[in-house]
Amino acid sequence: MSVLVNKDTRLLVQGITGSSGSFHAQQCMAYGTNVVAGVTPGRGGQKFEDTVPVFDTAAEAVQETGANATMIFVPPAFAADSIMEAVDAGIELVIAITEGIPVADMMKVKAYMAHSGSTLIGPNCPGIITPGECKIGIMPGYIHNPGDIGVISRSGTLTYEAVWQLTSAGYGQSTCIGIGGDPIHGMTHREAAELFTNDPGTRAFILIGEIGGSEEEEAAAWIKENCDKPVAAFIAGATAPPGRRMGHAGAIVSGGKGTAEAKIEALKEAGIAVAETPAEMGATLIKALK
Amino acid sequence: MNIHEYQAKELFEKFGVATPKGKVAETAEEAATIAAELGGTNLVVKAQVHAGGRGKGTFKNGFKGGVHLCDSAEQVGDIAGKMLGEVLVTHQTGEEGRLVRKVLIAESVEIEKEFYFAILMDRATERPVIVASSEGGVDIEEVAENRPEKILRIPIHPTLGLQGFQARKIAKLTGFDTAQMKDAGKLFAAAFKLFMACDCSMVEINPLVLTKDGQVLALDAKFNFDDNALFRHPEIAAMRDTEEEDPREVAASKFDLNYIGLDGNIACMVNGAGLAMATMDTIKHYGGDPANFLDVGGGAKEEQVREAFRILLGDPKVEAILVNIFGGIMKCDVIAEGIINAAKGIDLTVPLVVRLEGTNVDQGRKLLEESGIDLITASDLADAADKVVKAAAEATAA
Repeated sequence: MSVLVNKDTRLLVQGITGSSGSFHAQQCMAYGTNVVAGVTPGRGGQKFEDTVPVFDTAAEAVQETGANATMIFVPPAFAADSIMEAVDAGIELVIAITEGIPVADMMKVKAYMAHSGSTLIGPNCPGIITPGECKIGIMPGYIHNPGDIGVISRSGTLTYEAVWQLTSAGYGQSTCIGIGGDPIHGMTHREAAELFTNDPGTRAFILIGEIGGSEEEEAAAWIKENCDKPVAAFIAGATAPPGRRMGHAGAIVSGGKGTAEAKIEALKEAGIAVAETPAEMGATLIKALK
Repeated sequence: MNIHEYQAKELFEKFGVATPKGKVAETAEEAATIAAELGGTNLVVKAQVHAGGRGKGTFKNGFKGGVHLCDSAEQVGDIAGKMLGEVLVTHQTGEEGRLVRKVLIAESVEIEKEFYFAILMDRATERPVIVASSEGGVDIEEVAENRPEKILRIPIHPTLGLQGFQARKIAKLTGFDTAQMKDAGKLFAAAFKLFMACDCSMVEINPLVLTKDGQVLALDAKFNFDDNALFRHPEIAAMRDTEEEDPREVAASKFDLNYIGLDGNIACMVNGAGLAMATMDTIKHYGGDPANFLDVGGGAKEEQVREAFRILLGDPKVEAILVNIFGGIMKCDVIAEGIINAAKGIDLTVPLVVRLEGTNVDQGRKLLEESGIDLITASDLADAADKVVKAAAEATAA
């Protein structure tokens, strides 16, 4: 069992003819993901890798192929438009890999999505993988193994680190969700925690956060009230210099929230096992299972 | 990205945010001419550096204060002459201080009352939020901590923008009276327009003042821009003053490397921001002190890796280097080649600990092994941190 994606997922790739889009579309296909269509405006009618039809618009791609998920590799200046196009086409799961989208653009995307039925993952994320079934994103497939541990993370390579520790110790993963590192993004830590809590195929999960915002605290509060499964966590950035990303005004808004200390405290308060170093993420979860 | 006070003033003027008249000068003569144009009396001369605490700062030539009130054009010229080309030390610059290349000459105003006004992109509500307070001119974090009821927070609709009633409400709630409500509201509306039009992540006006003659003016401001949006604002990108930035960071940005200089002695090179932060945390956990944050990115080319390595080696404080790579898109053999090429022709005087994992890890390890470079290999993150901290400690002791 898994969440969000599985062997039946029919994937569209927006930006499939670009350099990263084409490379990662091939990698996903090689992993076994069912890539049914691509979109590049102006390239409609072509075939990608001689098999995947390319369309000018997401709406045509959905109509012709029944795609129900999309992976977006469109450059930052045009990525917000592509996310909204996917939402307009009625695609249930929109995964935006693109890094560097202006915050104001994401604010508009979120306002546009307010009453839609689509779920957005990312942007600036590694994507999502259900090991052995479906890989959507840029993560190296081979480090994963099918299993029953869920992984939620704001960071790409830190997710790989956690997954590798689990796999090396003999624990496979149900699904790994990279929610992305941008300030305004789609699925939150809490929403991902909710999915794993309700998934019978997930026995326990790891939540990997970092400084800034208050999503980890919100997830902790939700887990405390609603989740009986073992949960482990790690927060990156305890030693990051304060104020480097946030100015004074930013510090007012989050008040005491946003620091690694506040997040770790909130997680511990919710009964979550917090790893002291990233080297212990896997071990901390395994210990929590017993 | 940060900008100077005079550049903030130029943006305010462009968007109609009321601010005292003023201009920037690069020489004492220019400063005196501007002073004469501004009427010659009631003026203020301010050193232009990207650091706070200028008023209480001291120049290395012994001259006190980076902000001075003046009453004549000659005095302005004289004061400007003492600041220009000199190094100002404030509590934010560190002891090395900052070279003053420009001074701002502005009208000095008589303040009746000070307020605080800021607009920032709020991640929780996913929209711009206006933060305002009747307590201006002071450390706003202290106000937030001790008197939170004095701080007003109004989220603004992302596409509708600031409405007239909201501007009036903010003015009244922060303590402007009926006579000044419209002027304050006009300033808020202009500042909001500027915030959106320039893709700011923060505009902080502190203090916003009511003058004795009843004007509402933005006296000092701090801007932050969304770096991701600079591509569509070349005029703002041009305001960047690399002289005010850490030279290591400037060098890194030329090669699209995400680098932040720190004070420790253990340099690190990592792929991915989260893993880079976590690597710093691990170094600290083992008792070491990181010299930097460096994310070489997901798809770094061999050239970027080589330059990153040169920047690390160029930092005199560095006594050991840790390379921690979890190859996803980034291939370990590319990293290895970058390290080998950077080490060629450079006398590698500090210990180098390398931990490679992920895509093409075997090729990467083999390349490093065959290169003959003197390095310490680590099996995992904990092992790597432990080894680099020990190596740095030995280097310090030696």
